[in-house]
Amino acid sequence: MASPLPAEAGSKARPASGPMAPRPFTVVERRRETDDTWTLALEPADGSAAPGFSPGQFNMLYAFGVGEVPISISGDPAGGGPLEHTVRAVGPVSAAICRAEPGQQLGVRGPFGSSWPIDAAAGRHLVIVAGGIGLAPLRPALLAALARREDLAGLVLLGGGRAPEQLLFRAELDAWRDDPRLDLGLTVDSAAPGWAGHVGVVTTLIDDAVLDPANAVALIVGPEVMMRFTIEALRARGLSAADIHISVERNMKCAITHCGRCQLGPTFACREGPVLSLATIGRFFGVREL
Amino acid sequence: MAMRTIDQLVAELPAFAGLGPAQLDLIAGCGGNRVFAAGEYLAREGDPADTFFVLRAGRVALEIDAPGRGALMIATLGEGAVVGWSWLFPPYRWSFDARALEQTRVVAFDGACLRGKCEDDKALGYTLMQRFAAVMLERLQATRLQLLDVYGEPAAR
Repeated sequence: MASPLPAEAGSKARPASGPMAPRPFTVVERRRETDDTWTLALEPADGSAAPGFSPGQFNMLYAFGVGEVPISISGDPAGGGPLEHTVRAVGPVSAAICRAEPGQQLGVRGPFGSSWPIDAAAGRHLVIVAGGIGLAPLRPALLAALARREDLAGLVLLGGGRAPEQLLFRAELDAWRDDPRLDLGLTVDSAAPGWAGHVGVVTTLIDDAVLDPANAVALIVGPEVMMRFTIEALRARGLSAADIHISVERNMKCAITHCGRCQLGPTFACREGPVLSLATIGRFFGVREL
Repeated sequence: MAMRTIDQLVAELPAFAGLGPAQLDLIAGCGGNRVFAAGEYLAREGDPADTFFVLRAGRVALEIDAPGRGALMIATLGEGAVVGWSWLFPPYRWSFDARALEQTRVVAFDGACLRGKCEDDKALGYTLMQRFAAVMLERLQATRLQLLDVYGEPAAR
């Protein structure tokens, strides 16, 4: 018969540590954004302050017993409060995260990755192009840009969605529409009678956007097909590849370069990304099967 | 402020940018200024397409009526956009409704007048076909993107 474990080994389980060990966070608020998308505010379960982050960074969120997914942080980087993530329920893990009620716990690893180059936009036009859920990872960049609006020559937000009721952060969009610091353009693929905004794809807004192409920085997040056409439209207006930045989250699994799943050529999306300039990622971005 | 002539207005429209004075003069001869109030229709589906429009200011919705669902908005068009190419091809009938979403200023062109000039002046006809083909290509690409429903269900995770 095997000898029993030493008393000290069995009496006190030590918490896991290391970069793959999720840290328990408590859901302190849950807001519905659309029929399938929720924003969760999370605080460390041990009572400590939530870690700071830079706009564009992401966390690995773990629904215990279900799985882990990379989710960009959607809150205000200057807020200092709970970490906010806006999650669309598209599979078992994201659906489990969306179901988490206040008081429940989720595992968090992060923040990871690179950030939006807000500093590079100083004295220039900053153009933010968001498609669908892509507005979530861009919200921190927009809030940071609004906080230092006087440093920018111009600030443009172009947002596209499937339908008006599927646009994220609608109360904020209403406020931003009236905000003189921001040029806001919204469009949807289809709308019922009564919608007063644009109908059409987001690329149709780019021609009329108020910007100086030689002096502009663009940030884009959305489905990859939307990003490809948006890049084409911005390039046609004269923006350089070095001034176009996208966020690439596909295939991420470990977030610490161990698994290689997010590798695009020599670039690890989890380490050099998720925010990458088109000059860096352009030749790999459209490669099939990568 | 001095009133601008139709020749000057046509020369400023992006749809005709870069054309020479002779061609602009021919085109302007078929154009006239119009203003549509919010809610007013520029064109109705099925009506003869004897006119097309280039928007100077304002916004227009392209719509199609679906029984039981009302008017479905297909696209909205703004300043500089061309509204209508059915005037170019038989049977010269509008395929959609075009409705002003706000007060909208346009240059309206007589399609039959311009078709006649294109028949007489093949170089003008080729130039206009190139311009309208570019507009149609742009709208086709945008429509394909809409049909792709890129914001629909992504891969599960």
